[in-house]
Amino acid sequence: MHPPQTAEQPLIELRGVTKVYGTGQASMHALRGVDLCIFEGEFVAVMGPSGSGKSTSMNILGCLDTATAGVYRFMGIEVNRLTRAQRTKLRRFYLGFVFQGFNLLNRTSALENVELPLIYRGAPAHERRARAREALEIVGLKGWESHTPGELSGGQQQRVAIARAIVTRPTVLFADEPTGNLDTVRSHEIMELLTGLNRDQGVTIVMVTHEAEMAAHCKRIVRFRDGLVASDEPNVKES
Amino acid sequence: MLWNTMLLALREIRRNVMRSVLTILGIVIGVAAVIIMVTVGEGATVQVRQQIASMGSNLLMVTPGKRLGPGQSTGNVPFKEADARAIARDVGSVKAVAPVSSQSVKAIYGNENWSTQVTASNNAYLQVTNRTLRSGRPFSDSEVRSGAAVCIVGETVLKKLFGGQEAIGERIRLHGSASSTTSSSSGSTTSGSSSRSSSKSNGSSGSDSASSTSGSGGSKLSCEVIGLLEGKGQSSMGTDQDDLVVIPLSTFQRRIAGSQDVGMIQISVEEGAATEKAQQDIRRLLRDRRHLSPSDDDNFNVMDMKEIVKMLTGTTQMMTALLSAVAAVSLLVGGIGIMNIMLVSVTERTREIGIRLAIGALESEVLLQFLVESVVLSSFGGLCGIALALGGSVWLAGLLRVPFVFNGGIVLLAFLFSAAVGVIFGYFPALKAARLDPIDALRYE
Repeated sequence: MHPPQTAEQPLIELRGVTKVYGTGQASMHALRGVDLCIFEGEFVAVMGPSGSGKSTSMNILGCLDTATAGVYRFMGIEVNRLTRAQRTKLRRFYLGFVFQGFNLLNRTSALENVELPLIYRGAPAHERRARAREALEIVGLKGWESHTPGELSGGQQQRVAIARAIVTRPTVLFADEPTGNLDTVRSHEIMELLTGLNRDQGVTIVMVTHEAEMAAHCKRIVRFRDGLVASDEPNVKES
Repeated sequence: MLWNTMLLALREIRRNVMRSVLTILGIVIGVAAVIIMVTVGEGATVQVRQQIASMGSNLLMVTPGKRLGPGQSTGNVPFKEADARAIARDVGSVKAVAPVSSQSVKAIYGNENWSTQVTASNNAYLQVTNRTLRSGRPFSDSEVRSGAAVCIVGETVLKKLFGGQEAIGERIRLHGSASSTTSSSSGSTTSGSSSRSSSKSNGSSGSDSASSTSGSGGSKLSCEVIGLLEGKGQSSMGTDQDDLVVIPLSTFQRRIAGSQDVGMIQISVEEGAATEKAQQDIRRLLRDRRHLSPSDDDNFNVMDMKEIVKMLTGTTQMMTALLSAVAAVSLLVGGIGIMNIMLVSVTERTREIGIRLAIGALESEVLLQFLVESVVLSSFGGLCGIALALGGSVWLAGLLRVPFVFNGGIVLLAFLFSAAVGVIFGYFPALKAARLDPIDALRYE
């Protein structure tokens, strides 16, 4: 799974992607032909009102769901042609996820939570442990390794989730409203963290948000409306 | 992959200790029940075999009365001592013939008294029943002929009356009861009378057969202890074989029963000789002596110990099989319990499964994790069950006084079965978990 990659080739490429839920009369068109390219090293905010298709497109981009029609190329690979297991492998080796609801394993220490993706990668125990500690340190949670999600604040939990997402050193990090459950101060801390990851580690980040304040941290803003990309422009405020 | 999946499964089990314990409880109980039933059942079978062996398998018992007679009761004609003598004289391949009568009595020595069984016979009795004397001497011929007031006591009687002290030469008194002169086979030492095990009073006990000769009310006999029987322990029917006092038959007939009747005749056939042949000869002889016409049914019964052995071991084995089957059902129920909990656990952990799938767990890895969880749980349950069963069987074997027979086969089988239960009943929930859609699973509240 090492496709040839040229500088011009987009990391993520959507061409006329549609997504239809249900069939016949009851069918619902979530995406009506989305075209989108994201290149390596970008920090993209995906915005739009509820039902605009931003979450659906995120699921497709994250290889959790498949498009009804159209082409999705990830690193040049046509994802639509992959089996479920192959898409899983894609997620395992190239993608990281941060969710709005943190989605950590309960009653499981922060370290074990962060280790989880490495277990599925089959990393040996000592390497797993070292990398999980390192990831926790990056998100500023050194010393909190043995705490369970129940013992951590919302902001800390989201940091653990981010650590879990970056511990595999993914090519793309998908964040679905990562600040949706946090107050303003914590939200900005998380955004600082993501910005830093993008800047320092070169992680490509695609983030869904409906808060303009958070989108302001990004380099590019893509707006969805009624299943189509309504606008796609660089964020001018970014210094 | 397997090792990592094992790791995940073990972490999950450790996280939910309480749930895990409750999950395996059914398996623990099921496995324990099966093993205990089989172990104790085998112990009982072994015990029956041992006792039969100690009794001598070449034993024939002749009792008056029909074996099974629906209606048409002709009344039982009791045997006389002469019948026994005739058998000894006329039937070939017979080693010893003992006419036996027995009755429950109260034995008294000093301030101690004990309800026991008096067995009246001659010295052939010891030979026929494979018993030896621990100390003292057997009856002399003159004592047997004259009806001397002498007795040989069993270990239990010795313990109850003398507290284990030296008893040879002492005199004990025997008080016969008014109503319960037993003459049927139920009074014999081979099967024992079930009604007499603990009662101090000896009123009308249920063991009387219709054939009994009437006892003379309140008969008393004071006799000298001349011998002490070697202990034999419990019989296969659970009665104490050492709870008896042996006196000469003539003494019993004259002083206690007041009649010349003999309850039963026990015969030992020579080793190697066909018991069937002896059985036929005895039957022919007795039919003749009892003046039965060819159209009449036998009004007596010649039983071969071998048949009884077969019957007893057969019964024990059948009981074991039956109880084990019931226990196996509880193992099955335990398995269903595991499936139940695993299904609930899949629903409860939907989000967790969603997370795993989203961050890169393959369907097969989630399946394997849940399968490993249920197999680890059920095998651990099996191990606990085995431990419980071994303790339980030792305890129960002691309680029921049967030997503890360790059966490695059934222990292994129970363990493998419990692991198999984990696979079988864990598969469906595991499949359910693996087939979840990660998006739906993540959205699940």
